[in-house]
Order: sequence, then structure tokens, then C-alpha cells
Amino acid sequence: MMPARNRSGHWRAVLYYIGTVILCLGAMMYLPMIVSMLYGEWSVAVNFLISGNLTLIFGGSLLLLFRHSRLQRLGWGESMTVTASAWFIGMIVCAFPYWLNGNYLSFLDCCFDVMSGFTTTGFSLIQDMDHLSNGVNTWRHMLTFVGGQGMVVLVLTVLTKASSGIYRMYVGEGKDERLLPNVVHTSRSIWMISLVYLGLGTISLWFAGISLGMAPDRAFLHGWWIFMSAWSTGGFGPMSQNVLYYHSELYELITVLFFILGSFNFALHYAVFTGNRRELVKNVESVSFTVTITLLTLITTLGLMRLNVYPDVVAMFRKGFYQLISGHTTTGFMTIYARQFYNEWGDIALFAIVIAMLIGGSACSTAGGFKGLRMGIIFSAFKRDVRRMAQPEGQISVQRYHHIHDVVLDDGTVRSAMLIVIAYIVTFTIGTLACMLCGYPFAMSVFESASATGNVGLSIGLMSSASPAVLKIIFLLIMWLARLEFMSVLALSAYIAKKVMRS
Amino acid sequence: MKKKILALLLFLLLPIAAFAESSVVSSTDLINNASALDGQTVVYTGEVIGDIMQRGDHTWLNLSDGSNAIGIWAATDQLGSIAIPGRYDQVGDTVQVTGIFHRACRDHGGDMDIHAVQLQLIQQGHTITHPLSSVRLILAVVTAVIGAGIVIRLQRKQRKL
Repeated sequence: MMPARNRSGHWRAVLYYIGTVILCLGAMMYLPMIVSMLYGEWSVAVNFLISGNLTLIFGGSLLLLFRHSRLQRLGWGESMTVTASAWFIGMIVCAFPYWLNGNYLSFLDCCFDVMSGFTTTGFSLIQDMDHLSNGVNTWRHMLTFVGGQGMVVLVLTVLTKASSGIYRMYVGEGKDERLLPNVVHTSRSIWMISLVYLGLGTISLWFAGISLGMAPDRAFLHGWWIFMSAWSTGGFGPMSQNVLYYHSELYELITVLFFILGSFNFALHYAVFTGNRRELVKNVESVSFTVTITLLTLITTLGLMRLNVYPDVVAMFRKGFYQLISGHTTTGFMTIYARQFYNEWGDIALFAIVIAMLIGGSACSTAGGFKGLRMGIIFSAFKRDVRRMAQPEGQISVQRYHHIHDVVLDDGTVRSAMLIVIAYIVTFTIGTLACMLCGYPFAMSVFESASATGNVGLSIGLMSSASPAVLKIIFLLIMWLARLEFMSVLALSAYIAKKVMRS
Repeated sequence: MKKKILALLLFLLLPIAAFAESSVVSSTDLINNASALDGQTVVYTGEVIGDIMQRGDHTWLNLSDGSNAIGIWAATDQLGSIAIPGRYDQVGDTVQVTGIFHRACRDHGGDMDIHAVQLQLIQQGHTITHPLSSVRLILAVVTAVIGAGIVIRLQRKQRKL
């Protein structure tokens, strides 16, 4: 069958690809079921079995019904619609195991937590986290791991060949790097990199856990979960105290290492894996990250020292630097209580952490925020414009930046970087205003909104299951928009609006 | 005889006198009034959760009072019969700790914690059962059959395409 541009068949192709994503998500639900069975959590295992089966039936039915449209050529709008819809429908089906297990006060809270996991944000509205089953904990951390690499990336990994429009879906997920010429091979490389680190990270945290006095099987599970959360810059933890639970500098060091690695561009990982180690120091994102983390560490330290928050350098590093780098990489792991930010940290340190959360990690990584690459591009453009002012009229100067290879900076690149940054700032402003309208103080509103916009998950104690439903919905939408970098969700909105107008 | 009774009374009352100024606190009190309570002797009660993590001659416990969990640093020989941590399938031991509260502990990298002087088991933990719903079990079997049918049909169709 030849690919065709048949407009009436586009929605069928959209549903076909959504079905593929749903089918993959259904298959994922059997892993927590197995974990539950191993630990004799039979009621939890049955809940995962029901959820997995229903999701397979739903996804499989879509595939059966619309299989003839799979070769339909999809344009940018339709491809991005697939991505945004798959994330939203995926959220609803993945909330089903949570709802069946009764860990939340409402289905909205279940959906909020799934979106928080998928977008690697890390806010959690779960009840009684310290008594969660191993199955549910596995599911929480799997969601964040898959969300970090990307749902479309997951589906591409199992596809045998890429049809037209697949690359556009991949771009719609906030990734536009091609590690290899073929987008399916690129997706497989992304998963290969992540799985290599999954092995290394789980083993190192497993041994660390045993050394901390945990039973070997518990240490393994915690190591596996915490690694998935660290690598995907997710921020979920199996216990309510998050990383503070372990009371261990070793555990903190290992998590820092892996969440920094997780916040790096997959193209950078690939370059280093294939022998190009110099890329690590030359890449515009590495440079941007080094500069911003250095400046923000200085500001945070200054703020904490002024208020004598910590008694010595070690405590300052383990608390101040840890929360800052956790925010900058958009991970959201915490070794302090949420209210300590508000009660103890003071305005200067909070200012630094808010900026760090908004900047975020690298493009084409598991991290959120408006990304180091865009910071680098905007800074290069600024440098170019300043230089132009000092040059004689008529002289042409070319500004370059290094990202995998030398790239000439053009106005189109600068404009698109600026547009995304502006979109992030507008979203952040809306989130802040929404919090203040719900009655929260300005500092708390700014912090929590920056955390949601940057897909970070550090909390100052504002977002909880007791928060107003409207605020939960706004934050859920912010997390979704920010993770997909706006375009896919806007394309979906335009697609729906067009359908409604036509009908 | 009188001297012996007096000595016995003193022996029994001294620890009480030592903790007479200690305040009974919740985790929320500790977090929200950390500066005021820093370095003071506090009495805090909560359920042991997760893991009892032995580190040499000391042990970390995390005690949850339902709102938050607080880390307790105790000498291992103080634990006595405290052995059941709260998890999915068990309610942990309820323990009352009397100890020195640290807003940002110098010994533990700035952790907010309590260094235990005395630990007391208030209520022993126990296992809990989560009954399996027969309706859900039937639903699981029925959906498994339908799901398997769809997947098989899908595979056949894919092979034909």
C-alpha cells in the first residue's frame, strides 16, 4: 500500500498511532504485577492484571480498527496531535492501576500523579506513601523512567520501520536530535544508553543500600526505583522523606551523579560513547550548565550563609548544593522537608533555586526547563549583537556555537529559542497567578509554579491532595505543556478546534 | 530501710526529672518551629517505617506520626524489642523517643533529626492482610481472555499486511 495524503483518513492514522502507544503502556503494567506476585501482594497484582488487560483491549482495538491507515502520511499538525493525545490518553489509562489500588483520594489525583511521573516532574498526591505496595512503587518509578525517555521513543523502539510522520511525532515530544540518520535507530540508541545506565545505577545503589543497613532485596528495589527516578530526573522516591530517608552521603552522591548524567543531551552521551570525549567540554550545553550552576551555587551559598542556615561546609554542601543541583537538573530529589525552604532558606537562596528550576537541563534529555541549549543560543545571539554594534558598518561577522558540531547562529534559530523561552515564562506567570488566586503567598506561588513549569518537582509545601481541584488541573496542564515544549499541545488544540468548527 | 526506699525513689524519679522540661511534639511542630526547638530535649511518638538501618553501633529509624517522618539516631542497644517496621503488609512498632532535636545536625550533614536518649516501645507492630476480591479476580480472568483474543487477532492481521 502506497502512502497517501488522504485528509479524511488522517484521524484514523492518528488513532492508530495512539493505539500503538496505549498497547505499549498496557504491556508495561505486567511488570509491577510480577513484582507484586513475588512479594505476595495478590490484590495489587490482580489490580495490575485488570488494568493491563483493559489497556491492551483498548489499544489493541484501536490498532485492529485502524490498521489500514497506518501508512497514511501525517503532516506536522497531525503528528504532533498524535504525541499530545497519546500523552493525555496515556495519562488516563495509566491512572487506572492507581485508582483500583485505592492510593488516592480522587481520580483527578491519580491523573495528576501519572502526569507528574510521565513529565518527570515528581509532585505526588499519593496517600500514605510509607505503606505503599512494591507493585505500586514499581509502577510510579516506571512511569517516570518511560516518560523521561519519551512515550513515542518507547513505541519507536518496538517498531520495525519508520513511516513518514514518525520523526515529527518524535519532535513533538520535545526531542529533535538525530543520534543516527534513522529515527527508529535513534530511539533504540536512546533506550540502549538508558538501559546501560539502568544496570550500572541499580547495582551501585543496591550495594550502597546494603551498606546502609537495608536488607538485600529491599536495597535492590530501592536502588532500582531511585535510579529510574534519578536518571529520568523525575524526583519520585519510595518513601515520604524522599532521599532524606536514607540519611546517607553515599546515596546522595550516587544520585547526584546519575541525575546530572540524566540531564545531559542524549546526543552528548552518544558522542562520548562513540569516543568523542572532547564534546563534553566543548558543547554549548555543558558550558552553559557549568556557568549557571557555578553562579547559582554562589548565590545560594551567600543566601544560606547570611541566615546561618547550616552549621558547617559539609551541611551547606549536602543541603544547599544538593537541592540546587536537584532543581537545576529538574530532578526534584529532596534531602530537606518542603516547609524548610519557606521557613529557613530565605529569599536569596529561593531566588537562585527558582532560576535554576526555570533554566533546567539539556535539550533532548530527560530534563525539563527551557534548557541550556536555548540559554547558550540566546547568549551567543546577545554576544553577536553587541559585537555588531562595535564593528564598522557593512562588516559581516558570523557567530558560531558548538553543539555536536559547529553551528552557524542564524536568526531563525534565535527566534525559535526565544519563542520557547517566552512561552515558558508566560506559563510560569500563569501558574504563579493561579496559586496566588487560590490564596497562597507570593514566594510559595513562585517556587511551586517554577517547579511545575520546569518539570522539577521540588516542593515548598503548596501542592498537596488538599489543594483546590482547579489548581491541580492547572498544574497538570502546565506539566503537560512544558514537557512537550508547547507545540504538540497547541497543535492538538488547533486540531480539535478545526474539527469542532467543521462539524 | 527508709534510706533504701529513698534511694529507690530517687532512682525512679531522676530520669523523669531529667526529661521534665522536654516537650511533647509532633513532626509538624518540629518542622515549623525548628529554630525554637533546636538543641532541646523533645518527646516524639511515631510508627517505625520502612527499614531499621543499623550503622555500626548506632541505628537509623524513621518515625512517622502520620504527617511526616523524622529520622531518629539511636544506639543499637537502645532498640530493645523494636523490630517491626511499617510497610505495605505490616503496621510498624509505635515508639516514643525522648532525645535531643537538631534542626540541622552537625554530625549528619545538616539532617533534621533527633538523637535518642531513650526509646520506648508503645505498641508492637503487626501484619495486616489485604483481602483479594473475588469479583476483581473474575474480572481479571475475563479481561485476560478478551485481551489475549485481541492480541492473537492483531498478530494474524499484522502477518497478512
